[in-house]
Amino acid sequence: MRWTGRNLGLTLLLFALTIAVWEAVVRILQIPIFILPAPTQVGMALYRGLASGLYVEHLKYTLLETLLGFIVGSALGFFLGTAVAMNRYVEFFFYPYIIMFQSLPKVALAPLIVVWFGLGLTSKVINAALIAFFPLLVNTMVGLKSADEDRVSLMRSLAASERQIFWMLRLPNALPFVMAGLDVAMIFALIGAIVAEFVGAQRGLGMLIQSMNFNMDVSGQFSILLILSLVGLLLNRIITLIRRRVMFWDPSEKDLLEPATDDVAAARVGRGLPAEAKEGVTP
Amino acid sequence: MAPVTTEAIAVSNLSKSYATRDGGVTALDRTTFDVPEGEFVAVVGPSGCGKSTLLKILAGILPASAGEARLRGTLIDGPRRDIGVVFQSPVLFPWRTVLDNVLLPVDVQRLDRGRYARVGLDLLSLVGLRGFDHRYPWELSGGMQQRVAITRALVHDPAMLLMDEPFGALDAMTREHMNLELQRIWLERRKTVLFITHSIPEAVFLGDRVLVMTPRPGRLLDDVRVGLPRPRSLDVMNTPEFGRHVHHIRALFNVKGGVDS
Ligand SMILES: Nc1ncnc2c1ncn2[C@@H]1O[C@H](COP(=O)(O)OP(=O)(O)OP(=O)(O)O)[C@@H](O)[C@H]1O
Ligand SMILES: [Mg+2]
Repeated sequence: MRWTGRNLGLTLLLFALTIAVWEAVVRILQIPIFILPAPTQVGMALYRGLASGLYVEHLKYTLLETLLGFIVGSALGFFLGTAVAMNRYVEFFFYPYIIMFQSLPKVALAPLIVVWFGLGLTSKVINAALIAFFPLLVNTMVGLKSADEDRVSLMRSLAASERQIFWMLRLPNALPFVMAGLDVAMIFALIGAIVAEFVGAQRGLGMLIQSMNFNMDVSGQFSILLILSLVGLLLNRIITLIRRRVMFWDPSEKDLLEPATDDVAAARVGRGLPAEAKEGVTP
Repeated sequence: MAPVTTEAIAVSNLSKSYATRDGGVTALDRTTFDVPEGEFVAVVGPSGCGKSTLLKILAGILPASAGEARLRGTLIDGPRRDIGVVFQSPVLFPWRTVLDNVLLPVDVQRLDRGRYARVGLDLLSLVGLRGFDHRYPWELSGGMQQRVAITRALVHDPAMLLMDEPFGALDAMTREHMNLELQRIWLERRKTVLFITHSIPEAVFLGDRVLVMTPRPGRLLDDVRVGLPRPRSLDVMNTPEFGRHVHHIRALFNVKGGVDS
């Protein structure tokens, strides 16, 4: 779907309608504010939080945790994924652990991590990194191993070394997978940071939600959820922009409708495939 | 066999078996033939008779099971830099432009990129792709992509070209056009060419000789010398001599029960 003026108008109308119905239902049924606040009340909570600078301060902290966790986790995931894909011994020794951890919901480790690393920044970053790690690990592995057999044969016929095959073929070939992994890892890192804040923290939006929950400040919680979803959207957008730069050759990045060759289809599948690879990866 | 021969390709008693779950498959069975320097040799045979296997052995990316193969007198023991290989599909890298794809052998062999870029551009205009050097593969048609692949095989000026059904995926018209272009390039550059194809007319049209192989396990069935004068135009296909060669080869297949053209 394209963003024509008409589409945009319809979308806005629908949004306004949803808000209006929500407001009306809350008022007519007189739903108590500690169960479901009306949009106006959420808006007021949001205004209060922003105007006092409270939200901004905690948002900054949560963003810091998320980004640090994302960078550490995805870098480690990428390098270990590369090692596993390129070295049979590393694969042999690590694969059982990877399988074991992959089916484990990593968020369940948050309480332990907070006990081990305290209420400060470290435990949040570690928790975020731990969750962001796996999508990168799995996608890098799959991407590096998915180099087309014919292309490998071509490189071999040119007397290319394994190093050259890696740099000239396997790595660029893995990029769509890695980018899809980063996409997921970014959101996973945010989840990791928030969950760790739930468990125990002195600052951060997750901690704020937790304390509002104690005070039955549901409007406040809603207003933070709003901020968090905007943050998620923004982070996602950043990854998309990076992907466009990195995968300049991929026509699907330029919103072309007709793929001209099977390479394009492969690139598309390439982007679909990581989605499959992601399936086994839980936060 | 003498340790040093003048032949560009010397294959003697070459066999290849693949190990499979139920024993093994013999893909190539005691094949022997020679190709002198500068000759264009076409290979035809039914599907699965080991043509690609033969090519991969010559390209040095597949070890033989028995027998030996020499290129310009030296035993093949791995990939070599003086051959160019064209596969059935173009096998281009989508993240490289047309020119960068052509220069892949130059990058791999760490040759002087600046010098070879000019060679690449000249070759691209030779195959009718002038002005496409900065495009990406997905912007090209299948026939154009295959021409890029041929250019890539030629760029480092190899003495020998190995081509595995390079035009198999093209429509009849494009294919005839490509045949003419390939002949033109060959007449200009006089490389030794081993050209695998499914099409008997294509083999007769292009080859100085046509090697005919049996169904699996592949063996040499006949070695047909095509004396048609060069350059050959498409009209040559209507001559009685052309028809006789095609008929002869087709008859060989019919006797052996493997028709495929
Ligand atoms: N890697 C492999 N493992 C096992 N068997 C193989 C392998 N590659 C090829 N074969 C078998 O060897 C035989 C010859 O294969 P090859 O690819 O050389 O045939 P071909 O003559 O090129 O056929 P086509 O004309 O269809 O391309 C086939 O029967 C095939 O099943
Ligand atoms: Mg084949």
